[in-house]
Amino acid sequence: MLQFVLRRIAISALVLWAGSVLLYFLVVNSGDPLDELRQSQATNREQQMAALTERMNLDEPWYVRYGMWLGGASKCLILACDLGVDRGGSDVNTAIVAAMGSSLRLVTLATVIAIVLGVAMGVLSAIRQYTAFDYTVTFVAFVFFSLPVFWAAVLLKQYGAIEFNNWIADPSVSLVTTLLIAIFFGLFASAIAGGDTRRRGLTFGITAVILFAFITIFDAIDWWVQPALGPGLVLLLSAIAMSFFLMLTTGLRDKKVLITGGVTLAVGLVVYFVIQPVLEEPNWWLILALAASTIVVGGVLGYFIGGFEKRAAMTVGIGTALSFGFYTFFDKLLTNWGGYLDIAGRPISTIGSGTPNFGGNFYETIWDWSTQLLLPTIVLTIISLASYSRYTRGSMLETLQQDYMRTARSKGVSERVLNTRHALRNALIPITTIVAFDFANLIGGAVVTERVFGWTGMGALFQAGLDAVDPNPVMAFYLVTGTAAVVMNMLADIAYASLDPRIRR
Amino acid sequence: MSENNQEPSSHSVVDDSDFSIEKKLDFSGKSYSQGELVRRRFFRHRAAMISLAVLVFVTLLAFTSIGVGPIPGWWGKSYLNSSSVINAGRPTLSLWPFAIGENPFGQDNVGKDYFALVMRGTQRSLTVAFTVGILSTLIGTAVGAAAGYFRGWTEAILMRMTDLFIVIPLLVLAAVVAKAAGGTVWGMALVLGFLVWTGLARLVRGEVLSLREREFVTAAEAIGASSGRILMKHILPNTIGTIIVSATLTIATAILLESALSFLGYGIQAPDTSLGQLISTYQTSFLSRPWLFWWPGMFILVIALTVNFLGDGLRDAFDPRQSRGED
Repeated sequence: MLQFVLRRIAISALVLWAGSVLLYFLVVNSGDPLDELRQSQATNREQQMAALTERMNLDEPWYVRYGMWLGGASKCLILACDLGVDRGGSDVNTAIVAAMGSSLRLVTLATVIAIVLGVAMGVLSAIRQYTAFDYTVTFVAFVFFSLPVFWAAVLLKQYGAIEFNNWIADPSVSLVTTLLIAIFFGLFASAIAGGDTRRRGLTFGITAVILFAFITIFDAIDWWVQPALGPGLVLLLSAIAMSFFLMLTTGLRDKKVLITGGVTLAVGLVVYFVIQPVLEEPNWWLILALAASTIVVGGVLGYFIGGFEKRAAMTVGIGTALSFGFYTFFDKLLTNWGGYLDIAGRPISTIGSGTPNFGGNFYETIWDWSTQLLLPTIVLTIISLASYSRYTRGSMLETLQQDYMRTARSKGVSERVLNTRHALRNALIPITTIVAFDFANLIGGAVVTERVFGWTGMGALFQAGLDAVDPNPVMAFYLVTGTAAVVMNMLADIAYASLDPRIRR
Repeated sequence: MSENNQEPSSHSVVDDSDFSIEKKLDFSGKSYSQGELVRRRFFRHRAAMISLAVLVFVTLLAFTSIGVGPIPGWWGKSYLNSSSVINAGRPTLSLWPFAIGENPFGQDNVGKDYFALVMRGTQRSLTVAFTVGILSTLIGTAVGAAAGYFRGWTEAILMRMTDLFIVIPLLVLAAVVAKAAGGTVWGMALVLGFLVWTGLARLVRGEVLSLREREFVTAAEAIGASSGRILMKHILPNTIGTIIVSATLTIATAILLESALSFLGYGIQAPDTSLGQLISTYQTSFLSRPWLFWWPGMFILVIALTVNFLGDGLRDAFDPRQSRGED
């Protein structure tokens, strides 16, 4: 395994280097950096041109300049990057550090959401092949495929952000809207649940009634500006998460696994009350430490209660514990929404990647980030969601037709175990290879998205550099995105190797 | 498939046994060649057929309305001339009662007829997309076939090129090259065509890799067929499905890529226009003149969507394993 990873790293480094040569050459030859000055009427024109030539070393051939850049950039290996200066003479290092955070946050978040949602949609539509759900997902995926990013982004800005901000100023949901939402999600749930007419009708009814009740209550107590989950909803949502993990592993068959989940929920409820004061003013290290201890608790519970089904019990335990922790955190986050609204006024941002000099507390800062990230992330997710769901559907259908599936079915494996253990794992193998290509695609999409939303991120850096025939910012952009892509690729390879043991040679 | 329930009476009437067998064969249905089967499946694919009709309609509309080059079209106004702005340039198209009016898609802020502009943009985008589709299919097939059949350096180059697109996003590379190529339609088409073939090449390589181990290739080698003949006559015809489907999807990619580049300002330059450029130009007027923003976007969406559905229909026709198997 180690050898496999090392070989991948070596190949990736080579590709990264070759790409940098190509990109440098192309950028340098994409125009004349002195063009603007040649046309200027300034009296000190010659002097300015000489200064620029000196600063950008324009009297050297491109490979010498590339060598200089590579010399500086290779110091990154010893954590002392020197990415040179841009056309105006300012340091590229500072610019890239400022731009990097928001862009990588955006792209990574979008990738993760797209993978999770896309795979789920693909699997469901494969299992429910040729149902209304399948046709709807297929159609939606095709529309997403064909949507020009920037166009969708502008639309979302108008209808997602501005309308929402108008609404949150005086939030109330009319009866008709409530009914429509309830009916829509009821239909959605019944389409996923499948089964015969009675089961579908029941799913529809229950979902619609519950949603209707919740929206009406939320509306009455003005939940939209003062939201919170409270222990009751946290418990309910965690129980739903628990049943999801149960469904993935043993179902209700194994009592010990079920007990693990129940005990985890009980422990979580106690911790919920104990931990409240700690969560008042936390920091990221505390949150990470809490998450780690949650995993340990869930795992330990599963290990000791699980009996013969230790692995399944640990999965359920960890999954439930993590969900409980997440909802507890989310509850705390929600209670700070009101405070954030007071600061921000119109919450969903359409321009920029962060409010400068934002003075809120820990949670309000998270809200600030998330509201800035929300729209661009949706746009980027839409781009890759379509391809993930289509590929997953295809590969899942292929797997479902394999002989070993029939064998498993004929020896009496239940449909649920068949789908989750036998089919899903094998269907995921080809998806991992798409992740690598898709990540590059997303970075390209991010360049466009950032422009629509007016972010001063990596995309802006790249565009400014390219427009001015200024290789250093472009190369800095490439260094970061290329490395991120290589890392992503590596993760995908490792996932591939762990899903398919034959690859570990 | 259809087991004909012949009436027992037919046996009694017929005294010639040969005739009865022939009749049976005849009754068991017409037999189809591979190409006919594919065509039948494709024509039965409802989404693909609707898409084909819509795409043909859009193409005809774009090219006949304002004409191509020196040939004038039936639409009187030009995308270059402006006239006085009527009614704040609102679209005059109405569906009920149906009326086209003076400026069906409205006018832009200097009074240019927006229908003519959008048609011009559609023409440009379609031209780029189809040129890219043809060019990249030719390159991709040639490289992929050579890489899969001869292995060696062609394969090494192809695989490294593919790796390159993992580290440099296609859009970024296309932006850099397109900027150097300088904003004409054909420059754009060439740039994209020389960049987007790697996906197809990989697919063809994969197919060729497995086909070259098959018995019929060994047989062809044994009777002394040349490499070129084996590739052209025995291997490539078997990959035609992959190639056609991938070519279709490349066209959709090219439309979106071209419009994204135009939006960023590296695509087709003024005074010529493209759908992406129109959106880029008018995105700030979304609140005051939303139609300037809606029409070009809708056209990009419709073209890309129909092309994608066509690709899907073709895939089902060539490889019916994943579709509802009818024949």
